[in-house]
Amino acid sequence: MRKSILNPAAFLTAAATGLGFLAGPVSANDLTVALAAEPTSMDPHYQNLTINNSMATQVYDALVLQDVNQNLIPGLAASWEPIDERTWEFKLRPDVTFHNGAAFTAEDVVATMRRAANVPNSPSSFATFIKGKTFDVVDELTLRISTEKPYPFTPNDMSRISIIDSAFVDATTEDFNTGAASFGTGPFTFTRWLPGDVIELSRDDGYWGAAVDWDNVVIRPIGDGTTRAAALIAGDVDFIERVAPADLPNLESRDGLSVFKSVSNRLLYVTLHLTDDPIKPFVTDHDGNPIASPFRDIRVREAVSLAINRQAIADRVMDGLSAPAGQFSPEGYIGYSANLEPDAHDPDRARELLAEAGYGDGFKLTMHGPAGRYSNDTRILEAIAQMLSRIGIDTSVETMPASVFFKRFARGGPGDTPEFTAAMSGYANGSGEPSHPLRIFIHTKQKERGYGPGNRNGYSNPEVDKLIEDGRSSMDIAMGEMAFIQATDIAMREYALVPIHHEIATWAARDGVAYEHGALDSTFIHKIRPQE
Amino acid sequence: MLAFVLRRVMQSVVVLFIMSLMVFSMVNLVGDPVDMLVNPESLPEEVERVRRDFGLDQPVHVQYWKFLVGAMSGDLGNSFIFGRPALALMVERFPATLELATSALIISVTFGLPLGVYAGLRPDGWGTRIIMGGSVLGISIPTFWLGLMMIIVFSVLLGWLPVSGRGETARFLGIESSAFTLDGLRHLILPATNLALFKIAMVIRLARAGTVEVMALDFIRFARAKGLSSRRIVFAHLMPNILIPIVTVLGIEFGTLIAFATVTESIFAWPGLGKLVIDAIVNLDRPIVVAYLLFVVSLFLVLNLVVDIIYAVLDPRVRLQGEET
Repeated sequence: MRKSILNPAAFLTAAATGLGFLAGPVSANDLTVALAAEPTSMDPHYQNLTINNSMATQVYDALVLQDVNQNLIPGLAASWEPIDERTWEFKLRPDVTFHNGAAFTAEDVVATMRRAANVPNSPSSFATFIKGKTFDVVDELTLRISTEKPYPFTPNDMSRISIIDSAFVDATTEDFNTGAASFGTGPFTFTRWLPGDVIELSRDDGYWGAAVDWDNVVIRPIGDGTTRAAALIAGDVDFIERVAPADLPNLESRDGLSVFKSVSNRLLYVTLHLTDDPIKPFVTDHDGNPIASPFRDIRVREAVSLAINRQAIADRVMDGLSAPAGQFSPEGYIGYSANLEPDAHDPDRARELLAEAGYGDGFKLTMHGPAGRYSNDTRILEAIAQMLSRIGIDTSVETMPASVFFKRFARGGPGDTPEFTAAMSGYANGSGEPSHPLRIFIHTKQKERGYGPGNRNGYSNPEVDKLIEDGRSSMDIAMGEMAFIQATDIAMREYALVPIHHEIATWAARDGVAYEHGALDSTFIHKIRPQE
Repeated sequence: MLAFVLRRVMQSVVVLFIMSLMVFSMVNLVGDPVDMLVNPESLPEEVERVRRDFGLDQPVHVQYWKFLVGAMSGDLGNSFIFGRPALALMVERFPATLELATSALIISVTFGLPLGVYAGLRPDGWGTRIIMGGSVLGISIPTFWLGLMMIIVFSVLLGWLPVSGRGETARFLGIESSAFTLDGLRHLILPATNLALFKIAMVIRLARAGTVEVMALDFIRFARAKGLSSRRIVFAHLMPNILIPIVTVLGIEFGTLIAFATVTESIFAWPGLGKLVIDAIVNLDRPIVVAYLLFVVSLFLVLNLVVDIIYAVLDPRVRLQGEET
């Protein structure tokens, strides 16, 4: 609907609301949401990017859905099971129609996969989840997906691909941006997108699942945290994500607003270089001569972990918005091991360990990290540097913009090797696949097999590698998860990396609006509900 | 006149070429876009695919040559992030920024000129002290802080105006703008005023200085002696004379309003060019950064030319270089 003062009726309405100086009347069933970022496209297959993916789940469904802790739940597939070592059979949900009225069948899935793997100009495509799989239509509502080797994560991969109507298999990204092709099966229908300004959705009354409560939803990207909070307080919006830590006490104490928090799966960690090839300039003796990385010795890595006062960082740097971490996953989240606790702060023991390892006099270290990428990242790194200095590791800090950091972090050194000796970075499991962090960070780097692309410190343990590979080829999901937990236990006890904390994600809403939140820090509009 | 314009256009092309060379080589020094674009969970061949598709596997001089060839036909390359032509994206966002800058310019002249002339006519009045004190504040307070304060006062405490966004737009005489709807106007007031405050202060100072200077000149005394009314002296004799420096400065300042509205746009979530560019810089969307910088250079080249022409119109004594006399 477009209001214009050139339109007499609209003008009268506006005049009636006190010359527009009061917030316009909004239907009780409409919702306005402010998000911190905006999708780069409305094409669900254009870019594998968190904000794009969470927006896609509003309009589209995948065969398999994920709950707020990324456990798999039925979506457009009502059930799935392995029928042999290499093949999964998916039973599709009957009587589902797309928003344009077309019936959903197995052919739509096959067409979707063809498109999603090959979107032109995609800056990060979904081909990773589709390549190497063969899709066979058994009947209208039965689909078999086979892989060359046993692969237990086909359902996880299928939870990443939004299913579109086969009529739009050749539609361009532009067709999805304008709405010409944006017909999914999700809880909302797409109304319009004005880039940088607004995204509008409406309820789909024919939705196969539990219908959402809002008639219309307006989504505004407001990048600045203070402006976002102000928009909520002023009543311009009903719901915001990512409350800035500085605004949190104000919002919590204010009548008529509520704040939602949950420990997210976004982990901040420190990685320590574990080999002496090459010798890097960032660890030196007290005279400034480069020395081989002391972190090859597990006792030095443990000393680093014990020196870090995670609770102090949570209380003083993060304003309470972090939870000390001892592994990749927060409690209750896939891949969590009950055997691991965050290391308690113990500087005396840390000093002892350093002495035992032959570094009783300490050494000099330069730590690197991104600035402005993670919540309070520079201040956290500075706090860690002070804590390390206190046990004798004379630490200085160098931070840089994320765009510079990640290149140097991955391949800034000689021969495109990782450049830094000690660096802080972040990770969140976007895939909901339990072996994901192990495959990326822990497994020995084997580029051609896709193992260890994020393993920048040279950690390598054949026992752990075997557990990860066995788990990744076991069609018995429970067996696989046990292997992953075992691998996690070993790797964390060997300080393959040093976990610092999980960020606590925040949302805030006016009274009468509630949010079902979990370990994901992105926002899912259909989980915003009215509250009696 | 024609020779003058032609020569300036030729010079502009050379400047643009040199700028493109500098900008292109500099953005290529920073980071690697692939790290910012490709999801870390992707397989290694995906990284290679993106590098190849975006031409990042080519040496920089080859990339630049391709860019130059494309630029000749008006194609400044595709945005890495949005997958759409950089020029089209900028054209899409430009109206919002133009509308913001124009409103800010109108506000600064509407308030700045009368206040400045008043201050110049009554240099010792108490009103003048308030105006000049205010203008010092306007020049020295940072835009982003003032923007946040305006949001807190007018949106949060008083609840008069919306916090952010552009509001409803409407089309009038073929121009799509929020200035044509009541909702849009309400959205426009805060960011436009925020952007204008610095300029108001500047116009006040220019107008005051000009007024003080001109009022002391002989022809004003003659006009007085002739018995002309103060109104006629101010509007017919003072104004045209103080307007020349103000027009010159405002012409260039209009360019900075458009080019550097970034801070205001970020705070008020105004969907203009500034937001697009900030995101592009953070995510290493090189084609957008290059296209934007070239656009800004062109903008200043054009504005300079226009200012020179207006200058000549306002002041008949000024002759443009290359013009036959």
